[in-house]
Amino acid sequence: MLSKKITDFARKIIGLDRERDATPTRRRSDKGILVFHHTSEVIKAESLLKQAGIEVSVKGPPPDLRTGCDLVIEFPLVAQLKVSAILQDARLAPLKTLPMQDLLLEPVSLFQVKDFGEYLMVRAANMKMTIDKSDLRVVNVSGGGCPDVPYLAETLVGRTLHDLPPPRSLGHTLCGYALQLAYEELLRRCPG
Amino acid sequence: MSWLIVGTVPREDFPLYEGPCLLGNRRLHLGDHAVSIARGTPALLAAACIASRALGIEAPQTLVCGDIGRGDGSSLVYRHLSERLHTLSPELIVYHYLQPDVDWHNRVHLRTEDLERKPILIADAGYMYVAKMSGLASCYDLFTPDAGELAFLADETAPHPFYTRGFILQEEDRVPELIQWAYEHDDASRFLLVKGRCDVVASREGVLERVCDPCVEAMEPIGGTGDSLTGIVAALIAAQHPIPHACCLGARLNRVMGLLAKPSPASSIEDLLHSLPEALDREASAGF
Repeated sequence: MLSKKITDFARKIIGLDRERDATPTRRRSDKGILVFHHTSEVIKAESLLKQAGIEVSVKGPPPDLRTGCDLVIEFPLVAQLKVSAILQDARLAPLKTLPMQDLLLEPVSLFQVKDFGEYLMVRAANMKMTIDKSDLRVVNVSGGGCPDVPYLAETLVGRTLHDLPPPRSLGHTLCGYALQLAYEELLRRCPG
Repeated sequence: MSWLIVGTVPREDFPLYEGPCLLGNRRLHLGDHAVSIARGTPALLAAACIASRALGIEAPQTLVCGDIGRGDGSSLVYRHLSERLHTLSPELIVYHYLQPDVDWHNRVHLRTEDLERKPILIADAGYMYVAKMSGLASCYDLFTPDAGELAFLADETAPHPFYTRGFILQEEDRVPELIQWAYEHDDASRFLLVKGRCDVVASREGVLERVCDPCVEAMEPIGGTGDSLTGIVAALIAAQHPIPHACCLGARLNRVMGLLAKPSPASSIEDLLHSLPEALDREASAGF
């Protein structure tokens, strides 16, 4: 029930965005929303995210979404990883984090694994991480398109799987998040 | 042809820079700054510099800023571009690692529309994501996705590759089908160069060419091999090769570069780029 209300609400917002948009047609939203139980959490989260330099805004919910979700926070979807980290640090868990585009979308959950003999590569969504099987050293990071990808590659390549900082602690974008998934899959396959 | 490469440098402290780029000994010189060519836009720039030298054309101009994923450097690039595009007025623009931001993208797009002469537009990496997200993909001349990114283009609902729906399998044998889907929803550029085991050149009419040889398996995990391909193709387009031909030729050159470098999955793009001049020589003597 709540899920349906959230869906309906977000679709209304998307509709409003399209009306305001001067550019043509099928623009997709690059925003996500954070849904919390209580207004106090929304205010605290807004403050934390703004302090971190993330462009967020609080939206008033429609009357039919007054079952515990009194406010939502709109945020740039690409910054989801950073947003999650900030809220996690503050022990401020949103009820839901959803892309505005289509609330039925789910993050990628399929991994593609390729064995090169001495090396093992795991791909999650658009990100790939490759390790040397003999010493579990990360030898390459590839794929992706957000600017933290080359930075993550520079930081992670050469370190061993069990010693490196999790990509989510360094990344800021959905590409960074995808790399985190590839890293977790490698950890699962190579428990050390 | 005047050409401009727009992207980011994976360093926090790198300032906004617009100007020429020069490739020195394993370093790219951007004004007073020297950066590693190991990955990202500098790898693309290095490939573009090497290829332009071999083709006898001017090296690209560049517009970059440091950005490690916070989007601050990308914002400066977007802003600078929207203010200076009419002065720069390049004939070819290559967009690369920029933080996807639809509002900034659309501002830059409007400035591009205002130019007297529409430049050829190539989008790779984050800028390809935002070009699709904006609903303006068909205004671009070339996207260079890999199989996973093609699945994202084919999924009309996905705002980012991370949210590509699972049933759109990212398998290379489905590339023609995914290309068709991308065009059906106007989520593809005039031409596509899909990077993979076979590189596929396509347009709205379907697959135009496949480049499968030489096949160097170890190139797949190496970060930056897609960046080098985009840089080479851009140089060929700047040298007046028609886009589909530039894609085929660039795909072949990138592969020959890989073959000559004899890489392992642990090699870096920097290792491979050393073989690009020889690859260009070889293919030139074969008569491209």
